[in-house]
Amino acid sequence: MSLLGKLSLQAIPHDPITLGGAVSMVVGVIGIMAALTYFKKWKWLWREWLTSVDPKKIGVMYIAVATVMLLRGIGDALLMRGQQAVSVGASHGYLNSDHFQQIFSAHGTIMIFFVAMGFMFGLINLIVPLQIGNRDVAFPFLNAASFWLFASGMVLINLSLMVGEFSAAGWLAYPPLSELKYSPGVGVDYWIWALQIGGVGSLLSGVNFLVTILKMRAPGMTLMKMPVFLWSVLGAMVLVIFAFPILTATLALLFLDRSLGMHFFTSDFGGNPMMYVNLIWAWGHPEVYILILPAFGIFSEVVPTFSRKRLFGYTSMVWAIWAIVFLSFIVWLHHFFTMGAGADVNAFFGIMTMIISIPTGVKVFNWLFTMYRGRISFTTPMLWFLGFVCTFTIGGMAGVLMALPPADFQLHNSLFLVAHFHTMIVGGVLFGYFAGVSYWFPKVFGFKLNEPLGKIAFWFWTIGFAVAFIPLYILGLMGATRRLDHYDASMGWQWLFIIAAVGVALVFVGISFQILQLIVSIVQRKHNLDTTGDAWGGRTLEWATTSPPPLYNFAVIPEVHERDAFWEMKHSKTAAKKPIYEDIEMPKNTPLAMYIAACAFIFGFATIWHILWLAVLGLLGVITCIIIRVSDDNTEYVITAAELQKMDEAAKA
Amino acid sequence: MKKYLLWISVFVAIVAALIAAVFMHRHSIAVLNPHGSIGHKERNLMLFASMLGLFVVIPVFIMTFTIVWRYREGNKTAKYRPDFEADNRFEALWWGFPCLIILILSVVTWNSSHELDPYRPLVSKNPPITIQAVALQWKWLFIYPEQHIATVNYLKIPVDTPVNFQITADAPMNSLWIPRLGGQVYAMAGMKTQLHLIADQMGNFEGVSANLSGRGFADMHFITQSVTNADFNNWVKLAKGSPNHLTTTAYNQLSKPGTMHPATYAASQAGLYDTIMMKYMGPNNTAMQNMSMNTSTL
Repeated sequence: MSLLGKLSLQAIPHDPITLGGAVSMVVGVIGIMAALTYFKKWKWLWREWLTSVDPKKIGVMYIAVATVMLLRGIGDALLMRGQQAVSVGASHGYLNSDHFQQIFSAHGTIMIFFVAMGFMFGLINLIVPLQIGNRDVAFPFLNAASFWLFASGMVLINLSLMVGEFSAAGWLAYPPLSELKYSPGVGVDYWIWALQIGGVGSLLSGVNFLVTILKMRAPGMTLMKMPVFLWSVLGAMVLVIFAFPILTATLALLFLDRSLGMHFFTSDFGGNPMMYVNLIWAWGHPEVYILILPAFGIFSEVVPTFSRKRLFGYTSMVWAIWAIVFLSFIVWLHHFFTMGAGADVNAFFGIMTMIISIPTGVKVFNWLFTMYRGRISFTTPMLWFLGFVCTFTIGGMAGVLMALPPADFQLHNSLFLVAHFHTMIVGGVLFGYFAGVSYWFPKVFGFKLNEPLGKIAFWFWTIGFAVAFIPLYILGLMGATRRLDHYDASMGWQWLFIIAAVGVALVFVGISFQILQLIVSIVQRKHNLDTTGDAWGGRTLEWATTSPPPLYNFAVIPEVHERDAFWEMKHSKTAAKKPIYEDIEMPKNTPLAMYIAACAFIFGFATIWHILWLAVLGLLGVITCIIIRVSDDNTEYVITAAELQKMDEAAKA
Repeated sequence: MKKYLLWISVFVAIVAALIAAVFMHRHSIAVLNPHGSIGHKERNLMLFASMLGLFVVIPVFIMTFTIVWRYREGNKTAKYRPDFEADNRFEALWWGFPCLIILILSVVTWNSSHELDPYRPLVSKNPPITIQAVALQWKWLFIYPEQHIATVNYLKIPVDTPVNFQITADAPMNSLWIPRLGGQVYAMAGMKTQLHLIADQMGNFEGVSANLSGRGFADMHFITQSVTNADFNNWVKLAKGSPNHLTTTAYNQLSKPGTMHPATYAASQAGLYDTIMMKYMGPNNTAMQNMSMNTSTL
């Protein structure tokens, strides 16, 4: 075996579109590095961000990565729908089928793992410690390691564009197609290791935030006094802890098949691809709820705030979350009714799936009744909520339709299905996170985002979404399956594909407005400053501190008596007590989390290309970094009561 | 509120235009215009479930827009009760009403899952024909074991006659789907899945593979021709005279990756379908050959 394993100059892409993408990515990275050098910001970047273990910083980095990946994902979407708009009849468009298949595989993988998960963990990092009224997460270093592992996975998946190829087996890489026999290249290996490394990060985050919420709430905040966002994160983290190990194990088995010639999921020698399909959805379906629950939580914060009213049906909301958590583990088979499991099994999973719509519906009604007899102001987060209600109920209806096994036989793997899950994940998850970003932005940065531009972005998103996906519902009913790189002119599909492509372009305009909004807001931040710490008239504890919060969040840990703790503080008759300052311990910055992830990255890259010595080196690196970290007893520093008082009084002045 | 009017009207106009366009093209929507009884039942089921769903969706839409309009910040005449946070009557309503709808749907689900189980043979005055469908890279091979012929990317069936598909693959997983006739079932190597369909009308119906199976996957579509019994028998006779014979060598050639135009074979290799399935069985695994995944033969 050669020193570089399977790696050679052949791995550099040759076709112009891939090469263009790779070159633009390299140019982008070089541009950022040049700018950092020119403005002498490297030290600042290192000290303030890269080595930080502050969840507020880590949250911002998560969202920054997710935003960049959203651009990559929408780029993929534009390429795909553009191809389908022209590749009719004799024309096979501008993408060959292999390249097209790599693009949709990358689109799905990136959008779920590095956009949706990135936004989710970003918002959780930003808000959970503040909302529980504490200074940090349970395990700050582990949290940093989670982020950097996530970032490593992201780099790995994008590296596949420049070195080698990506998987062409779809975002869930069903075997036997993803086995060595049918996918001999490194594409599936890139997919495996990007998810494996990122997935370990997600699992560690799950543990971290579960412990944080259960053990670190401010005094007086009993479980039933927690804001619903915390409940929803708690539910999501329980799902992460149960579901992600399944993903890790499944990917490991697929890796063993591909690299060591085993036969867990092959068609021959007793392997069973159906087992993979079951396992991947035993993770995959809870994953959908991992993403949507925090979005529900965000709406449960946004709606009361902008309706100037308490959340309606708090107890119902909590029970609905736990009903969803439980049910999400017994519906996975609805992703493959067509595998021939028999009527009893199909009917059981169909009915379970429909039952999930009950708690979900209850949540929608409770939000509506939160607005009832309120005073609703139409801010950007509120518009995202209204957009969500409209798309999500339609998507939910399509979902109940597909929960009927005989109906699913006609809709499965068609573009109807594609339209359905985009309605849920864009209209549900992403709209929720956008609401969260614009709602909490002033808390994190101390100034609001530009409202008019945010609203324009919202309308382009919503209208673009309808234009992009209504045609797909229709195409699905016409018999168009997903993942077609070309089709016959006689099918009469082209006009709908063209409309869908226009819709994606409109969504892209929406994203451009969001970026413009960010730039304009930064430039004009003096006009949108939030000096009170309470930008919207909030109800929960994150608004009780300054915007942006000091590194210790709260100089004195607040005490909670009621559900909407901060609302009560603002409206209570008793005068605020004089704060009693105490010494506090804060974690020190460290680059080790980043080093662990870098070594994991090297291990992943080397394993993909079968460079044994480098893989061993990477693995040893990971272990060494962990040993160095656990041997270090000097990981915290003290802010004395006097210093704290000085800082706090300066901040409040 | 006026500033939203423009956006909302753009939105409504686009949705209305799309719905109108669909209405004009409604006959080309295969799933809603099936030509087989299975497809019919599946469509009716969809329409029924959609109707039930609308019982929730329409109130949600109406409530959303009325509440949002009535309790907007600018409307000072509307009641404002900032502490109104629970009312058991309301909550009972929206736990209870959806439960009722899902209860109805559950019964429908249970019954229809059994009635429309793809493994369930169809009842008809005409005796059924058997077709063995094999997904290859990237073409469909259809073997007619009773007629001793075979086709590639082309299917001819007699009208009003139940068709018993036995499905397997010598390729990655595929899915056999003929939308005008009814729903799909996966094709998997080393396994036999089943699908029972019937055509009520004559005509040409598009069939596809609905599951990604590699580079040539988009070319795995075929025409299903539903013809009279007499035409079918004539065609069988003609096919038997075909110079192409599906020998082992010919099959091995056929199973190589690549796309293909429709072709007809006078099949001579007996038991080809079983041989294809056996390729994936270990030496001691012959019992698995008859493994049918259907557990609902009770």
